[in-house]
Amino acid sequence: MTHMGAEGPPRGANSAPAGGSEATKPRAWGDHHTLLEVSHATKVFDVSLPWLTRALGRQPRLLLHAVHDVSFSIRRGETLGLVGESGCGKSTVARLVVGLYRLSAGTITYEGRNIGALASGRAPRTLRRKLQMIFQDPYASLNPRWRVADIVAEPIRAQRLVRGRRAIDARVDALLSQVGLAAADGQKYPHQFSGGQRQRISIARALASEPDFLACDEPTSALDVSVQAQVLNLMRDLQRELGLTYLFISHNLAVVHHVADRVGVMYLGRIVEIADKGTLFRHPQHPYTRMLLDAIPDLGMTGKQRIPVAGEVPNPLSPPSGCAFHPRCPFANERCRREVPRLLESPDTAARGAHDRVACHAVEERRLGSETSFRAAKSRL
Amino acid sequence: MSALLDVRNLRIEFPTRRGVLTAIDDVSFAIGPGEVLGVVGESGAGKSLTGAAIIGLLEPPGRIAAGEILLDGARIDDLTDEAMRRVRGRRIGAIFQDPLAALDPLYSIGSQLVETIRTHLPMGEAAARARAIELLQEVGIPAAARRVDHYPHQFSGGMRQRVVIALALAANPQLIVADEPTTALDVSIQAQIITLLRRLCRDHGTAVMLITHDMGVIAETADRVAVMYAGRIVEIGPVADVIRAPKHPYTIGLMGSIPSVVEDRDRLVQIEGSMPRLTAIPSGCPFHPRCNRAFERCVRERPELLDAGTSLAACWLHAPEAA
Repeated sequence: MTHMGAEGPPRGANSAPAGGSEATKPRAWGDHHTLLEVSHATKVFDVSLPWLTRALGRQPRLLLHAVHDVSFSIRRGETLGLVGESGCGKSTVARLVVGLYRLSAGTITYEGRNIGALASGRAPRTLRRKLQMIFQDPYASLNPRWRVADIVAEPIRAQRLVRGRRAIDARVDALLSQVGLAAADGQKYPHQFSGGQRQRISIARALASEPDFLACDEPTSALDVSVQAQVLNLMRDLQRELGLTYLFISHNLAVVHHVADRVGVMYLGRIVEIADKGTLFRHPQHPYTRMLLDAIPDLGMTGKQRIPVAGEVPNPLSPPSGCAFHPRCPFANERCRREVPRLLESPDTAARGAHDRVACHAVEERRLGSETSFRAAKSRL
Repeated sequence: MSALLDVRNLRIEFPTRRGVLTAIDDVSFAIGPGEVLGVVGESGAGKSLTGAAIIGLLEPPGRIAAGEILLDGARIDDLTDEAMRRVRGRRIGAIFQDPLAALDPLYSIGSQLVETIRTHLPMGEAAARARAIELLQEVGIPAAARRVDHYPHQFSGGMRQRVVIALALAANPQLIVADEPTTALDVSIQAQIITLLRRLCRDHGTAVMLITHDMGVIAETADRVAVMYAGRIVEIGPVADVIRAPKHPYTIGLMGSIPSVVEDRDRLVQIEGSMPRLTAIPSGCPFHPRCNRAFERCVRERPELLDAGTSLAACWLHAPEAA
């Protein structure tokens, strides 16, 4: 796989959109290794009632900011994990990246080329097939009336990657064996397979387009743990063999810890913290990240008493003012209620040369103490 | 030990056109008063079916073909529907995965609570309503006096599950069967619900049969744990022992396949293959085709639960003659 010829134009062209100050600009570290760069991506859904109902009831339009000013970049061969609770916008990010949704604002570049227009169909086929997606529900994402061989062959035929029936059959057999299925399985229908095997079929279909990048939206959430382990191991093997880059979406922090190199945490449409895996899990900064980590059931049973955080994720249609997390945060003050925090390099990690970022006034002002004082503050809630 | 719930040699069958399928085969366990027994297993292991049999809600054509279920020493598996309805709710409470399905969308949660309370306890309307509000406060619903008149759709997922817990506790049952009570919830809400369930059961001395696929939830909540595979219990013992030092090869594989947030591992332990279908349960030990330590006896002969230190494991590796 050679991409070097396609290496992008000078990065300056697309990395400073209007309104993006120097501080919020995604840092293009190791520029020539960056495969995918998302800057200030925003997706707004119009969830208003039908026009007539709205007019009769004198109700306003309702706009849902599913993704709000999200910026990150992924290096070639890396896995970026995105975690968050339901409704935080993580799946929308994955769909924006592969072009299933059109951006409302912001840009996405792939190998330096703008692919924000992917959904409009203007992007070249060759570029589009480089980004594929695996979905959560392997029962819903495979056509029940097609044989597995046809499902896997479809992208090959549609994109004319291989020509000739015999050559296509050989390619399908190779793909099936690559994901741990037998060539004979190609003649079966999806319902004849278990959930884990169906997810293998989804992966084979995604690989049929010869992609460099896979957006995986909760690929193992519908699977049992032992089957999940099989699929996660397979995905890791494929990443090594084929040099794949993953955007891995999950609500399960343990799974993300296992697969990701870097991790972004989302809350109500925004990234609140993004850092190297080790840093994020060992030294979480944002109060929400700390809360999520604290909420993981403790398999080690070290006798730690969990202090569950009060409250629930607010309705994204009417997000709280200022920092969206402030109603649940033990450190919130007047500024948090008023001003949306920007995703800044956190003061402590910047000193160490890492480029971890966190969107929290309390972290910026160093109001947040050590782990023990954090727990104490939380328990007072 | 005087057990509160005693399940003896339970066998559940499904008659089909192609013959009788055995979904639960010779399952025995007991739960003491105030004890939390975790039941874990992957889909198709039969854990929910076991729970449904205990609360008398086995869907036909499923039927209890053998064995008995005793509550406080008296059989409850042969009761009439009417008698079982009095046991369910009064003496055994139930919590299911989907709180929305457990609540009637057409009635306010207050009237559902009042109905449940008055069905099982001799209380007037006003007293029952007061108890309903008290229950809602106890499960942590803010402004309970006002929220009692709201309908299920006006509550969030986490709040609905609290209402379901309030319903299950309404008549002060001795036992609660909770089937995946936190699976549909987000992690932060999950932690709240588990803490709540554990606190309430401790306060009321209620025993819990906690059915889940999530080992983490079991580790935090249960006193003992039973691991199920293909309709059988393969290992049962104190939760710390089963999690730290599993004895059955299936439990060992299962524990290794769970990703950790603490440890960095290159690969997860992988159990090849998948749970057998009911139509093709292997001979002998049902786990033997996937087991890397299987030997000739495992194919031929089915292991009973054998003594394996502090826990019991259905595995020939723990046969006294093998040691």
